[in-house]
Amino acid sequence: MRKEVVYVDNNATTRVAPEVLEAMLPFLTDFYGNPSSIHTFGGQVREHVQTAREQLASLLGASPEEVIFTSCGTESDNAAILSALENDVRRRKVITSRVEHPAVLSLCKVLQQRGYHVEFVPVNNRGQLCLDALCKMLDDETAIVSVMWANNETGNIYPVLEIADIAHQHGALFHTDAVQAVGKVPINLAKSNIDFLSLSGHKLHAPKGIGGLYVRKGVRFNQFLIGGHQEYGLRAGTENVPGIVALGTAAGLAEQHMTDERTRVAAMRDHLEHGLLKSCPNARVNGSPRSRLPNTTNVSFEYIEGESILLLMNEFNIAASSGSACTSGSLEPSHVLRAMGLPYTALHGSIRFSLSRYNTMDEVELILEKLPPIITRLREISPYGRMAEGDA
Amino acid sequence: MWNYTEKVMDHFLRPRNVGEIAEPDAVGEVGNITCGDALKLFLKLDEAKENIVDVKFQTFGCASAIASASALTELIKGKSVSDVEGINNRNIADFLGELPEEKMHCSVMGMEALQAALSNLRGESDGKMTTGDHDHGDGYDPDGIDRIVCYCFGVTERQIRDVVKGNGLTSVEDVTHYCKAGGGCGGCKKDIAAILEKVSEEEPEPASEPEPEAPKKLTNVQKMMLIQKAIDDEIRPGLQADGGDLELIDIDGDTVTVALRGSCAGCPSAHITLKRWVEAKLHELVSPDLVVEASKG
Repeated sequence: MRKEVVYVDNNATTRVAPEVLEAMLPFLTDFYGNPSSIHTFGGQVREHVQTAREQLASLLGASPEEVIFTSCGTESDNAAILSALENDVRRRKVITSRVEHPAVLSLCKVLQQRGYHVEFVPVNNRGQLCLDALCKMLDDETAIVSVMWANNETGNIYPVLEIADIAHQHGALFHTDAVQAVGKVPINLAKSNIDFLSLSGHKLHAPKGIGGLYVRKGVRFNQFLIGGHQEYGLRAGTENVPGIVALGTAAGLAEQHMTDERTRVAAMRDHLEHGLLKSCPNARVNGSPRSRLPNTTNVSFEYIEGESILLLMNEFNIAASSGSACTSGSLEPSHVLRAMGLPYTALHGSIRFSLSRYNTMDEVELILEKLPPIITRLREISPYGRMAEGDA
Repeated sequence: MWNYTEKVMDHFLRPRNVGEIAEPDAVGEVGNITCGDALKLFLKLDEAKENIVDVKFQTFGCASAIASASALTELIKGKSVSDVEGINNRNIADFLGELPEEKMHCSVMGMEALQAALSNLRGESDGKMTTGDHDHGDGYDPDGIDRIVCYCFGVTERQIRDVVKGNGLTSVEDVTHYCKAGGGCGGCKKDIAAILEKVSEEEPEPASEPEPEAPKKLTNVQKMMLIQKAIDDEIRPGLQADGGDLELIDIDGDTVTVALRGSCAGCPSAHITLKRWVEAKLHELVSPDLVVEASKG
C-alpha cells in the first residue's frame, strides 16, 4: 500500500483534483472524437473545448478568443518570445530577469548565441527586481520584455502590471511567465497592458501535458507549431481534449478556492515558517515576505546541505525541494539564490516548501516536529556546525 | 531523485565514526562551504605511530558525501598507515557498491582528505587542502601543474590529472563528475579537453611553450584605460553572475588596488579570486607586470 505522503512541493507539480479527473475521463473513453470533425460525434467535443476556454479566460480576466491551449508552460514561453522577435525584425533586443525559469532563461541564452541582444535585470538580496536597471536597459531596439509574475523558488511576486506599462512606453511587447501565479493570485488581464501570459495546467491541479497562452487582442502572433488551423490558427496540432477540459475545470476550481488559498493556505505557510524559524537557529527566509505567493516559503538552514535535509525528510515521507546543487544534478546551487547574492553559508541549505489547498494543519505540525531534529543532526555531522551553534 | 544503493543510504542514515578526536595525530581537511561540500578527517595512531587506532570525520555535503566519508573511515580504521596509503576513490565507491557517476567527486573528496591527513602526519603540511585555497606563496607557478584550471571550484591541473589517471577517464564530462572541474561556468572545458589529450599521449613532460612576445610598453594613461576596460568588460560581469562585484580603487605604478563587493566580500576564495583570476585576467589583457591588491578597509 502507498504510504501517505506529506506533499509540500506544489510549485513542482500538484495532484490532479478529483473533480478535474472526473471531468476529463469521458474524453479518454466515450467522447474521443476530434473537435475538427464535421460529424456530430466529433463536433460535440468542440463545445467542451470552448467551455474550457471560457473557464480559463474567466480566471485570467480575458476574453475566450485571447486564450489558446498549448502543451505546457515552456511551449507558451517559447512561442510568445519567438513570435515577438519574428514580428518586428528591426528590434533585436530581449530584456528578462536573472531569476526566470529555465523555460525563458535557456531560450534567452540560445537567442544570444543567435546574435540577439539579451539583457538580464538583476535582483536585490530579497529577490526584488531592480526596476531602475530595467528602465535603463529599455530602448527602441527592445522587441519584448519577459518577466515572471511569481518566482517558483522564492514565491516573490513581481510588479508585472507596472513593467508592462513601462515596456509599452518604448514600443516593446511584454510577456509574463505566470505559471506559478495563475490560480494563486487574482489576475485581471483586461485591465493590464500585458501582451502575452504563459500558464501550465499541472501547477493548478490539472494533469501534466496541458498549458495555456494568453495573447492580447490585436497583438500579432506567429504560430510556434506550424500545421493545421486549430486554436484560431495560432497553435497547430489536434487538441488535447482531455487536458483542455481538465485545465478548464481546474481554472474554475481555482477561481472558487482563491480566497481559501489567500487565507487558510497562507496561514498554514506562515505557521510553518514561524515554527521553523523559532525552533531552528540560523535559519533565514529567502525572498520578500511582503510580496509573495500565499503558498510558498523558502528557508535556508545555514551550514548544512539541502540534499541531506530532503533525504532525511523523505524518511518521514515529507516531500519538499531544495535549491542546493546536489539535488539538481548540476554542481552549482540555484541561479535564483545566487542572483540574490545569498551568503555562502546559506546557499547550499535552502529548502522550498510549497503548499496547496490539499495540505492540512496536521501535516504542517508533523513537519515542525520532524524537521528541527534533522537540522540539529546534520549540524552535528558538519564541520561548520559549531558556527551555527556559536552565534545562535 | 538519485539512485543510491542501499549501502549508500545506510551509511548516509547511519554514518559510522562521526565526530572529532580531541588530540588527533593528524587532520585532513578538504573542500569548503562555498563549493558545497567539505570533509574533515581526524586520525589517532598508536604509540609507534604505525597503526590507525581511531578515526572520526565531519562532513558538510549531500548524502553521498556523508556516505563516502563514513565508508572511508571504515576502510582505514584499525589499519596500518602503510596499508591505507594506496586507498583511492575507486576503493570508496566499491565499498559503497556504486555511486551515481555525477557523485563520484564525493569519493574523490574522501581520497583527498585521507591524502591530506597522511601528509599532515608526515609533517609535510597542516592537513588543510581546502580546494582552490592553497597558498603557494612566492613559489606559485601559473603555468605549472598546480595552476588552477577550474576557477569555479578551484581545481588544479594536478587534481584533474590524478582523477583522469586514477579512474581511466576519457571525457570532459567524466572529469566534471569526478572532481567538479568544468561544472560551474564551463569556461575551462577546452582546457580540460587539452589536459585529457596530453594525458592520453602520455607525454613525460609538458611541451615547452614558445617564448611570449615581448609586451609593448604602455603609457600610464593607456594602462589605466586598459585596466578599467578589462575590469568593466571581462572581470565584473563574471563576478556579478555569482552575486559579487569589484570596484577599482587605485592604480599606482603596476599596483592595482581593488575592493571586492557583494558575495565576493565574504567568500573564502576571495584571495584566490583576486590573485588567480583578476590578476591573471589583467596579465592577459593589459600587462604581465601588474600586481592586484585588495583595498584595506
